[in-house]
Amino acid sequence: MSIITTLFWFAVAVIGAMALGWLFRAFVVAVSPQRHAQEMRKAPLTASFGLLVILIYVLVAALAPVIAPFGESEVVGGEFLPWDSTYLLGTDNLGRDMLTRMIYGARNTVGIAFIITALAFFGGTVLGLFAAVVGGWLDQGLSRFVDVLMAIPSLIFSLLLLTIFGTSVLSLVLVIATVDATRVFRLARSVAQGIVVMDYIEAARLRGEGKWWLITREILPNAMAPLVAEFGLRFCFVFLAISGLSFLGLGIQPPTADWGGMVRDNATLITFGDLTPFLPAGAIALLTVAVNFVVDWQLHRSSGLKE
Amino acid sequence: MAHVWRMIAQRLALGFLTLFVVSLLIFGATELLPGDFAEAILGQSATPETIAAIRRDLGLDQPFYTRYVSWLGGVLQGDFGNSLANQKPVIELISKRLGNTLFLALYAAAMAVPLSLTLGILAALFRNSIFDRMSNALALTSISFPEFFVAYILILWFAQTGYFPSIVRLSSGISFGETLYRCFLPALTLTLVVTAHMMRMTRAALINLLASPYIEMARLKGMSPMRVILRHALPNALAPIINVVALNLAYLITGVVVVEVVFVYPGLGQLMVDSVSRRDIPVVQAVALIFASAYVLLNLTADVLSTLSNPRLMHRR
Repeated sequence: MSIITTLFWFAVAVIGAMALGWLFRAFVVAVSPQRHAQEMRKAPLTASFGLLVILIYVLVAALAPVIAPFGESEVVGGEFLPWDSTYLLGTDNLGRDMLTRMIYGARNTVGIAFIITALAFFGGTVLGLFAAVVGGWLDQGLSRFVDVLMAIPSLIFSLLLLTIFGTSVLSLVLVIATVDATRVFRLARSVAQGIVVMDYIEAARLRGEGKWWLITREILPNAMAPLVAEFGLRFCFVFLAISGLSFLGLGIQPPTADWGGMVRDNATLITFGDLTPFLPAGAIALLTVAVNFVVDWQLHRSSGLKE
Repeated sequence: MAHVWRMIAQRLALGFLTLFVVSLLIFGATELLPGDFAEAILGQSATPETIAAIRRDLGLDQPFYTRYVSWLGGVLQGDFGNSLANQKPVIELISKRLGNTLFLALYAAAMAVPLSLTLGILAALFRNSIFDRMSNALALTSISFPEFFVAYILILWFAQTGYFPSIVRLSSGISFGETLYRCFLPALTLTLVVTAHMMRMTRAALINLLASPYIEMARLKGMSPMRVILRHALPNALAPIINVVALNLAYLITGVVVVEVVFVYPGLGQLMVDSVSRRDIPVVQAVALIFASAYVLLNLTADVLSTLSNPRLMHRR
């Protein structure tokens, strides 16, 4: 396929995406109650397209066993069969149905990325806020420790840890969550430090509130906007990291379906001009783009900037 | 000039301290091994006697700090121990591949830095034009793509049609031009992956400055927009630009791992991935240490350079 035709299809895809975004926005505005409709009407097309994509991914992931035509690792036919009416997207290197693997891949890859992000986020935020509230040696100790961990590139550090703990889903989750928690810690701490010096925190301290109350009731609500945006971005990074690791054969292990691994298994097809291996890679890219669009919109909204 | 040297010396000392702690961490990570090193070597064939023998051979019966000091002493003399997989000295495995990886990273950097700076300056110059919007959208999209996706798209476009090889074979007899040609696709992949971020940051750094009064003054004097940006805005935007360039060069270090695997490039990244799946700990430690040092040194250089580019930081009272 030449570059010109690819660019043409890319343009068609962009226009189609915007049209979908417009339709979805109109639909949401029509069905949601007054207050939400107001917000949604102002959403840019990119953001509503992003929301639509995320919604579809979540639905596919949740309903995987219902929509998938075959079992997750069931060998249904010959290897590398072309697209036809039974195997809509053909079969992979072991003769498993590609479409089924894509659908289950949504569940596994997105699900695991979400769990990791949530873990990293919980750990990083709690420690970061604690460090900011308590201060002193706890803050110093944690911050310097995180500095050292961040002095090693994250992929390299994850690879080192995976060598030691072996490649299983559990160690993958724990390793990536630890590595990413350091980044969340940094942000949570710096945001919270701006809040800790406020008068209302002083007032709460004088009232004799405990540290846990300070964190959950006073600081967290005020630190929510940057943290939510960070959650979206962090999810993208985690998602790319685990698909990268799976692509290297060190992430989610077969026979569990996973998009990064699927690209690797079927990469030989590309040299024959078959586009099937691009589907899982494209699925990864599409979700990251969608999340980025939504995060951009949220950041714009919370920053209060006008056009 | 004395304070400049003092500043550089301070940064260097701090950098070496970081490196020391990083090496401690990389070495200490093996302490987390379930079981220990000797059991990891032997795997299934472990009996109490063989384990004890290997422990004695490797000095595992020594306390942690003794082992660390002797390991570090070896590393400083270029001795990383032996690979668990084939008993060869790690340094032998690494030395040739290190050169290849550095070559690839430099090649990519040589393309990416001028390209992204030019694009960033142009985007700042023609801000809010079609060009600016297009490059912004493309940048956002390419940041969201996994490296292997970009790599395979390039293979589809350039290797399928026969312009460039999709598998990099390096042999000692080939000329420099031929090497450049063979490494073009991996280098281009890395370039595309890092250009977007650098371009966006260059644009943002410049646009931030365009609102300041001295830029308005320059404009009111009747200078051309190009000259305003190049002569007035750019020097003041150097510090953030240097930082983001260094950050992205450091990113090349990790990007290189995936790209090397896609193009079967004989570099350190590929060695590391293979060693991780074989759980060949000495090799992984050595490669991780090299990557981490490169990362620390790049950040250090960026720190020093951006201080040097800012007179206010240079002559701090």
